[in-house]
Amino acid sequence: MTSPDIPIIRLGEVLVAGLSRELDDKTVMLFADELSRRIGDTRASTVVLDITKVEVIDSFAARMLMEIAAMARLLGARVVLAGMRYSVAITLAELGLALPGVETALSVEHALNRRAGP
Amino acid sequence: MTHSDLSSTSLQTVPIHTEEDLLTARHAVRAAALAEGLGLVAQTKLVTAASELVRNCYVHGGGGVLRIERVLPPPRRGLRIVVADQGPGIEDPDAALADGYSTGPGLGHGLGGARRLVDEFELRSEPGRGTTVVITRWTA
Repeated sequence: MTSPDIPIIRLGEVLVAGLSRELDDKTVMLFADELSRRIGDTRASTVVLDITKVEVIDSFAARMLMEIAAMARLLGARVVLAGMRYSVAITLAELGLALPGVETALSVEHALNRRAGP
Repeated sequence: MTHSDLSSTSLQTVPIHTEEDLLTARHAVRAAALAEGLGLVAQTKLVTAASELVRNCYVHGGGGVLRIERVLPPPRRGLRIVVADQGPGIEDPDAALADGYSTGPGLGHGLGGARRLVDEFELRSEPGRGTTVVITRWTA
């Protein structure tokens, strides 16, 4: 099963996926399945999730993101959430959801550079 | 405080019966927040709070309705969201508002979190008769 809504691009050992504007439940769950398959297939070491376009992360979506990160970690890959909007960050913090255990970066570029850094 | 007093005008009603309705409800709240002149952070907080409430309504309440109202009791103006279901109700509202409390597929931050994201929050629930949550964000 593929999730055409969220294409996953491979760059060497890195998988990059851009989440769409609306994170509806079904799309996120399909994406989690697809991503775990791709991590297994490609032996990716890092997954960068571009959330630049995501306008709302509620507690359900936050839980899904944490589960995706946990699942990737079990498969030997780390997940970096890149490009969270400041309005989403403020809202998540007030919800009491700091996404523990999930790495973040200012942008996809930052995420990729950090990986290449010393 | 009631949500049906003369000082509020109903702007829009969105039935909550399918998962797609959750998105429709979010879009309606976003559009209303934008139209009322809320800033980006305030919009995002209100839409996120509404998203928590309509998900509860759908998952726990068996569906219901979201109503968007404009509140005009001088000198304040605001946007009010009413989410009502006729589901099983909440046995212990205080416990349900505590972080970490969950009977569903969430993190248990939904209801308490929604309360923190808005200016006013009212929860009415009767076991066996449903739940109504009213949230208000002042715009002026």
